Amino acid sequence: MNKEGYYGRFGGAFIPEILMSTLVQLKKEFYAAKNDPTFWQEYVSLMSSYSCRPTPLTFAENLTQHFDGAKIYIKREDLNHTGAHKANNVIGQGLLVKRMGKKRVIAETGAGQHGVATATMAAKFGFDCTIYMGEVDVERQRPNVFWMEQLGATVVPVKDGTRILKDAINEALRDWSTNMDSTHYVLGTACGAHPFPEMVTYFQSIIGKELKNQVLEKEGRLPDQIYACVGGGSNALGIFSEFLEDKQVELHGVEAGGKGLESGRHASRLSSRDGKIGVAQGYKTFFLQNEEGQMKETHSVAAGLDYVGVSPILSYLKESGRVIFHAATDNEVIEAVKLAMRKEGIIPALESAHAFAYAFKQAPKLSKAIILVINLSGRGDKDIFTIADALGDEDWKQFIKDKAKTYESH
Amino acid sequence: MNLTEYIKEKRIKKDLLFMAHLVCGFPDFQTNKEIIQIMVEMGVDIIELQIPFSEPIADGPTILKANQLSLMGGTKVKDCLDLMKEVSTQYSIPFLFMTYYNILFCRGIDIFCQETKKAGGKGLIIPDLPHEEGEDYLKSCQANGLSPILLMTVNSPPERLRKIAEAGNGFFYCVARRGVTGRKTQFSEETITFLKRCRQATELPLAVGLGISRREDFAFLQGKVDIAVIGSAILRVFEKGGLSALRNFLKEFQ
Repeated sequence: MNKEGYYGRFGGAFIPEILMSTLVQLKKEFYAAKNDPTFWQEYVSLMSSYSCRPTPLTFAENLTQHFDGAKIYIKREDLNHTGAHKANNVIGQGLLVKRMGKKRVIAETGAGQHGVATATMAAKFGFDCTIYMGEVDVERQRPNVFWMEQLGATVVPVKDGTRILKDAINEALRDWSTNMDSTHYVLGTACGAHPFPEMVTYFQSIIGKELKNQVLEKEGRLPDQIYACVGGGSNALGIFSEFLEDKQVELHGVEAGGKGLESGRHASRLSSRDGKIGVAQGYKTFFLQNEEGQMKETHSVAAGLDYVGVSPILSYLKESGRVIFHAATDNEVIEAVKLAMRKEGIIPALESAHAFAYAFKQAPKLSKAIILVINLSGRGDKDIFTIADALGDEDWKQFIKDKAKTYESH
Repeated sequence: MNLTEYIKEKRIKKDLLFMAHLVCGFPDFQTNKEIIQIMVEMGVDIIELQIPFSEPIADGPTILKANQLSLMGGTKVKDCLDLMKEVSTQYSIPFLFMTYYNILFCRGIDIFCQETKKAGGKGLIIPDLPHEEGEDYLKSCQANGLSPILLMTVNSPPERLRKIAEAGNGFFYCVARRGVTGRKTQFSEETITFLKRCRQATELPLAVGLGISRREDFAFLQGKVDIAVIGSAILRVFEKGGLSALRNFLKEFQ
């Protein structure tokens, strides 16, 4: 790191002056906590009693036989409380909020997973909670909106801009610019102004730390390849960060290929040629933007990957060549979900299924001596509406129609 | 005459200068020109032209919407430079660009500063670029004779205000409250203390912006700072009542 908060030429803190002192305070609290040996213990202990840590490392025996190539393991972040790796970051930041003595938390959410995780943490720690969510996402992720509200959070639909994740981030930043004295902004991924990328990676690194122990115990050596999906980048950095110095371990990030990289309808900032370096939402990284610097609309079947920017740490690791990036299309992802369900009895989230889709392409080409780990960042039952639509399940459609009728007759 | 000299000279005859804001290309460039003409006629002393950006994090709903509608209408940076060129040639008051850093970054910071200078702009306001991140920008402003107008806020500690004072030029834009553009500001003892702190940090002129919309706000600021800035309120008046309402509104501040 050449300059504070920079990873190569990426990162930084491009934030209105009114928030600079708040970031300084956050940095101070974060580094104090990080240097306090009891803090990590407190975090791990809470995650083992409130969430399901350590999450298991599952040997995917049927998939391994099916592909007849590399030995496939799955790191089970889907078994976290609230069903995804998001809980790691949220509980960690919640402990920091307690240290800072703030009483209110705000967050952005795309698919709703980070919103539900934040609302859960706020309920447990007794904080007021407001979640900003693009109006489009509110419409397509109603079950998560329902749970956030039941957990006591106020969900604010964002009607500006493209009305998705990036617009929710802008709105959360506006709230924070106003209420920073009482409020902490629980950013959901390893993006945004310094120290957020570092802080979120720190909390998510629990994934890679556990994996290292587990794979050493099972195999007596490190894995050869690790695959993770990449939206903002927090689950990928969580599983990668512990292995950055272990050069023999290949690290693969898989972005949302949407309708295909040629179609222009995707969210592949690092694996397509469309990403261009820019500055927005507080940090410098590769963005999907036009030649004038206006952000483009992105597309993915997985709302959690449908984002214009990507962690500055990952942009750096792409340039340094340490992490290799790929894209998986919507169709490949649906096929991967089907195969994971049938072969292993596991329902991956559409986001996580991007990592599966690309790993499945590679597995048959690899020798049986190769150990491959896929990060299953979240469970897929939340995606029942999207997956049922993608599969075109007629019985499900009929069920929804009948259900709607019962409301009409009331 | 540079921006600071202009402000100091104007201040000899006028207690409080008036800076007005508009979003380029909203509702369209022709209307922008008509609005600017009215502003000049009504005695506005400085005008900031905002180049629209898709992620305007420091702006509230009114200006945010104007940014989006302008971009939907196809506004390009070149159109904003053309507007700058036309109005800065036509009128003798200084014009500034306000925009977000990515617009400069993508065009090339030097290129953007050269173009702005060539179009007759006097300075730049970039609300998402703290001075620590703005080394190239500050150098390029200096090389091109543009004033980089930096923000001082109620949350900036004295040490930071001093650093901002060293890095900025032209005048300083004081943000007297937390939050984004458009919401009303209640001036208080805290405001007075804050403005005193800004005054101590620099000898350059001070402007106060964010949430100013009434004659009383001007009265409060008189004798405390050099410039009052109105942004969102102008847009709201225009959207509600068109050009004639805007003329009447601006008249109140003469």
